[in-house]
Amino acid sequence: MIPKRLRTIRQIYAAFFVALFLGLLLLTNYADLKGFETSLFLELDPLTALAAFLTSGTFYKGLLWSLLIIVPTLFLGRFFCSWVCPLGILNQFTSWLFSRRQPSEDYEDNQYRPVYRLKYYILGALLVLALFGSLQVGLLDPIALMVRSFTASVLPAANQAGADVYLSQPVFHGGALIAGILVGIVLANRFMPRFFCRVLCPLGALLGLLSRRAPLRIQRDVDKCIDCNKCLKGCQGGCDPHKELRLSECHLCMNCIEDCPTQALHFGLPRERSSVHQPLDLSRRRLLETLVATAALFPMLRSSVSAETNPAPGVIRPPGSLPEEEFLGRCIKCAACMKVCPTNVLQPALLEGGIEGLWTPILKNQLGYCEQNCVLCGQVCPTGAIRSVSVQEKIGAPPFDKPIKLGTAFYDHGRCLPWAMHTECIVCEEMCPTSPKAIWYKTVTIQGRDGRGVELKQPYVEPRLCIGCGICENKCPVEDLAAIRVSSVGETRSESNQMILER
Amino acid sequence: MKETGSKYSKVIPAVTRRRFVRDLGLTAGVAAGFAALGLLSYSTAPVRKTEEVVRRLKDFRVEPSGLLPELVVVRGTRVEPMVRESLARLGGIERFVKKGDKVLLKPNVGWDRQPEQAANTNPEVVGAVARLCREAGAGAVWVTDVSLNDPQRCFTRSGIRAAAQEAGAEVLLAGDDDFWQTDMQGELLKLWPVSRFFHLADKVINLPVVKHHSLSGCTLAMKNWYGLLGGRRNQLHQDIHTSIVDLAAAMRPTLTLMDATRVLKRSGPTGGSLDDVSVENTLIAGLDEVAIDAYSLQFLDLAAESVPFLALAEQRGLGKVDWRAIRVVESQVS
Repeated sequence: MIPKRLRTIRQIYAAFFVALFLGLLLLTNYADLKGFETSLFLELDPLTALAAFLTSGTFYKGLLWSLLIIVPTLFLGRFFCSWVCPLGILNQFTSWLFSRRQPSEDYEDNQYRPVYRLKYYILGALLVLALFGSLQVGLLDPIALMVRSFTASVLPAANQAGADVYLSQPVFHGGALIAGILVGIVLANRFMPRFFCRVLCPLGALLGLLSRRAPLRIQRDVDKCIDCNKCLKGCQGGCDPHKELRLSECHLCMNCIEDCPTQALHFGLPRERSSVHQPLDLSRRRLLETLVATAALFPMLRSSVSAETNPAPGVIRPPGSLPEEEFLGRCIKCAACMKVCPTNVLQPALLEGGIEGLWTPILKNQLGYCEQNCVLCGQVCPTGAIRSVSVQEKIGAPPFDKPIKLGTAFYDHGRCLPWAMHTECIVCEEMCPTSPKAIWYKTVTIQGRDGRGVELKQPYVEPRLCIGCGICENKCPVEDLAAIRVSSVGETRSESNQMILER
Repeated sequence: MKETGSKYSKVIPAVTRRRFVRDLGLTAGVAAGFAALGLLSYSTAPVRKTEEVVRRLKDFRVEPSGLLPELVVVRGTRVEPMVRESLARLGGIERFVKKGDKVLLKPNVGWDRQPEQAANTNPEVVGAVARLCREAGAGAVWVTDVSLNDPQRCFTRSGIRAAAQEAGAEVLLAGDDDFWQTDMQGELLKLWPVSRFFHLADKVINLPVVKHHSLSGCTLAMKNWYGLLGGRRNQLHQDIHTSIVDLAAAMRPTLTLMDATRVLKRSGPTGGSLDDVSVENTLIAGLDEVAIDAYSLQFLDLAAESVPFLALAEQRGLGKVDWRAIRVVESQVS
């Protein structure tokens, strides 16, 4: 029974890679002040590497790891989808859970359908956008989607339910939306096994394209085959192993080989009586339409107001972030930075940074602040949208002469206790981490309502010292809308979003 | 097969008296259930409130002694022997820690800073005290604080996590659920969430550090009790002197050991620049937090009159501002 082992081997690989994915995500332990190789999975992803190459012309650091997937795919086919991809494995597992267990229905469910072509059009659209400089692959890329879903919903939910993942419960803007999408993807398996993988996944489409000429394939002996269709029972890709196999859809799950009662199927080189394979089922006309439509969409996207056309006060990016246009060209919205951020300040943007900026990281100082000596977000960023900066560079210690500024803090005198309400406070001054402090105060005596003098310390911001970390805003006792708030002006990464002549 | 009528031809069986009575009874039962639920849960308040458990902090002090010194000042450069000398002068660690005691050490671990920056208690002080407690047979030695920066980072960068673990102590960080509602019985502070570890300990040792602070002038032993609190403690600045005294009145520690090995003289309490740090190589130990705080003012070039919380604390009977009036021993450790 040699064939039985193939499925078991695949399951062992699948379990290993899911464990690796979860392990790397959980290992991001800021107690030890380092992020470990949490981005490894994201770096393995050929779609991330290719799209980020199209937007900015480089394979950033670890993205070269994606060759580990690309090269074997050229020879073997789309093994990634059922052996490595955590979302693929999740979909496979839940498809099995939801399976109706009526073989005849399985056969129908697992046949090829023309709708599977959609993913190639999605891939085409995403790559055209990337070519124009807008990186949107992360919306549907399975690895980015998994990291984002686990960061913003699954792990916080596990913590909520009692698993000891975090010291303090993290919360995320629009986390329910991110959770809802994952739940939708999983539930879709109830209606079509591996719906996401077969219909939507742009990475699957890319790997499908790469596997078109793979020399090693699932082969069917046309003499041994009795057309019983049992090979369709567990077929993951929906690649029609019972007739002319569609190579670009095949995940090499090996289920068909094991389910074949006559041993008509094998994996490897063709033998004497092996069936032909189906080429990629793609209408050139449709593909061209998609590409043209996307090319037309792009200038429309760019003509809408965004943080790049018009600096947005609320678009405060993590330390080391590239200028906005380049940032959007490299951020894949994976939320790895949000997982590693110790204060929960990094949040998935909704529309703050324009439609293109959905789920990119921004700082929401009401929830946290940028920890002065922390540079973890840049360490885990797989694409370099956030550069990996040293603590010295961030705080401006020698040999660097200036700290990295995320924005500037401004007082709202109508809400500030010493300014508006004759009440002592200066919590902001206490918290300010720069040395000398960017927040200073004047001791003044003000005539109170009863005519008597009240001595108060009224705070000011020195914009040349303020790094925009937001701890003042975060710790301000005026809870709902702080009396001191950071806006993006003065951010180091922007040439134009400035206010002071002599910086 | 019938020739006429509907093809959906399954009909209801005849209703018997027994069946009718049974169905009616069941429905009446459900109706009565709804009515009972409604009447039992009737309230004029929109939300049901459960009574919250409110605790008070224990008094952790030991019996005062008529003979032993009340304030011990030890100077030197090696922290471990200095800590041992201070405790020896105060009557030995056994006076404070009994076998099996759960001892809580409360250093100042407010900030994500390194030891040289003097924004947190010197980790060597924490390690030395923890070791002494272990030697005295403490059942457990805990080190905790409610930090202002990310607690994980604060405990790691301050070196206090490593020092504590090396000395056989356990670092406890308060998460969201680790705060218990506590009656502080203060003038200003009434009910506040307090880190539960302070309720669970048998003995509490205060390990503050001498630092500058813009609003209160200084942060010393009494102000170190900010680290008890969760909740909206950023509001305490609005009357910082009363808050400090309320905290010191609610929390009476077993022992206080002030770290003046390095003193942050400006830009407190966060610091960051070594230019603001002055090396003073001094430890001050004792049972009177007011006296210890008053003594420590000299490192910051402050006079007791400019620090209102000291006089307020004396008025409340928490200790003596005039440290010269109590039994003081000064000692040099080579």
